[in-house]
Amino acid sequence: MSNVSAPALRVSLRSVARRFEQPDGSQRTVLRDIELDIRAGEIVAILGPSGGGKSTMLRLVSGLDRADAGRVEIDGTPVAEVDQRSAVAFQEPRLLPWRTVERNVRLGLPRGTEPAAGRARVAELLRLMQLDAAVSLRPRQISGGMAQRASLARALARNPGVLLLDEPFGALDALTRLTMQDLLLEVHAVEPATILLVTHDVDEALVLADRIVLLGETPDAPGTGSTIRTILHVPGERPRDRAAAAIVELRSLLLEGLGVPSHHVSAP
Amino acid sequence: MGGGILPVALLIVWWAVTAAQLLPSYRLPSPAAVVQAAVDLQTNPLYPGALFRDIAISVQRVILGFLIGSLIGLVLGSLVGLSRTAEILLGPLLGAIRAVPSLAWMPLLLLYLGIFEPPKIVLITIGAIFPVFTTLSTALRHVDPHLVEVGRAFGLRRFELLTTVQLPAVLPSLVAGLRLALAQSWLFLVAAELISSSIGLGYLLSDSQNNSRVDRLFLAIILLAILGKSTDALIGLLERRLLKRWG
Ligand SMILES: Nc1ncnc2c1ncn2[C@@H]1O[C@H](COP(=O)(O)OP(=O)(O)OP(=O)(O)O)[C@@H](O)[C@H]1O
Ligand SMILES: [Mg+2]
Repeated sequence: MSNVSAPALRVSLRSVARRFEQPDGSQRTVLRDIELDIRAGEIVAILGPSGGGKSTMLRLVSGLDRADAGRVEIDGTPVAEVDQRSAVAFQEPRLLPWRTVERNVRLGLPRGTEPAAGRARVAELLRLMQLDAAVSLRPRQISGGMAQRASLARALARNPGVLLLDEPFGALDALTRLTMQDLLLEVHAVEPATILLVTHDVDEALVLADRIVLLGETPDAPGTGSTIRTILHVPGERPRDRAAAAIVELRSLLLEGLGVPSHHVSAP
Repeated sequence: MGGGILPVALLIVWWAVTAAQLLPSYRLPSPAAVVQAAVDLQTNPLYPGALFRDIAISVQRVILGFLIGSLIGLVLGSLVGLSRTAEILLGPLLGAIRAVPSLAWMPLLLLYLGIFEPPKIVLITIGAIFPVFTTLSTALRHVDPHLVEVGRAFGLRRFELLTTVQLPAVLPSLVAGLRLALAQSWLFLVAAELISSSIGLGYLLSDSQNNSRVDRLFLAIILLAILGKSTDALIGLLERRLLKRWG
């Protein structure tokens, strides 16, 4: 990536809570007491059960949604409504169906990008995402996995201070998923944005993240909304050895945390 | 191509019926007689060029009224379709105005605006506003909120959001609305020219009726069909250009 990089920005969430109105008029707490500080350039993965408020948390950081309590800040200042310091890749690809893949990705470019530089950047991202063949296709002509990569390219095109990725590789086959994980790390090395990444995949979190946030309800207080159960530091520099003992240990810890027995026997 | 089969067949049947003299020519003129009527109108030494002048003035009225009307419909439709406040404020009033059969405005327009171009163009404008307004405001309310959110997330606001996400998303409805508006424009053109005009295709119709010139009535009707279809094709062209521009 030849572009001048926007500096990565730190993110902090202080006593953040979010409630939603239920159809019957009552309030349901989805997130509560979220305390999280993310260093500039750090990669943080969010793991948690379905419906546990992971997407909601990303939306709060993006400024697309507002917290009912607490503060959400990027670089020390509160997030604005639709904060342009961050870019989102949504859980669904959400491509504009009438636009070609190329023009969809171009939507992500920062305002005022020079046309030639913009075209070059989009072309490079499409190449990285292995979408060269799909450049002039429409979203209905490409596969779900391709659409998801296009959506990721659109967010990357912005070259933001904070990159918010909601299960960016969820629709990819296992092999493409590994390639894309490597690729994300490559892009991150050149353009070190702060990345907040939601995933269902424990291994993905272990490969990509500096820290893993486990989101969920506390067992002794069910129905009170998700909060941060644990924050785990992933040891070792990237690229990581998936088979390293410490990683294997963490994996079983995470799986237990998610309520899945890992059948792992710790070394004595 | 297939769409040309029936018109050509109709023309042949018409010609055959008149050639066999199944009907008297003052009831059903032959195709040749209609062509002759056109030539006569155009080359009449008293009013040379009358036919083209009638065509030109009618086309001009329709295009002016249609453009102004659909532009107003576009603005009102966008406002009411996108803003709750605008819907609450404007919705009932516009609904009531729409409920007035547009022709009912004609006497008032003639009284206020005189007998020349303005009342006709305003009537056509009124006729063109509502198809665009109605289809657009309804369609905009149903644009996928996920896509609108994408636009917002990537920094688009209001007008840019409208032209980048919302209007392209409702393009088929918008085009359908424009087509209806154009058809309405021709309808109100003829109505206005029948009521009060000394030139134009509507005038040609009423004048020919008064003089029992069935050949000219046929001519006027055929011209209206051709002009209506051609202007409609322009909208198809516009649709393709927009698809290209937005795609
Ligand atoms: N706009 C909203 N209005 C009402 N309820 C909402 C809204 N957005 C989210 N919720 C509720 O908040 C809860 C958390 O949703 P969220 O999308 O954050 O979950 P998630 O952890 O991303 O789940 P998944 O892994 O399935 O994507 C859900 O129960 C959902 O119904
Ligand atoms: Mg989610």
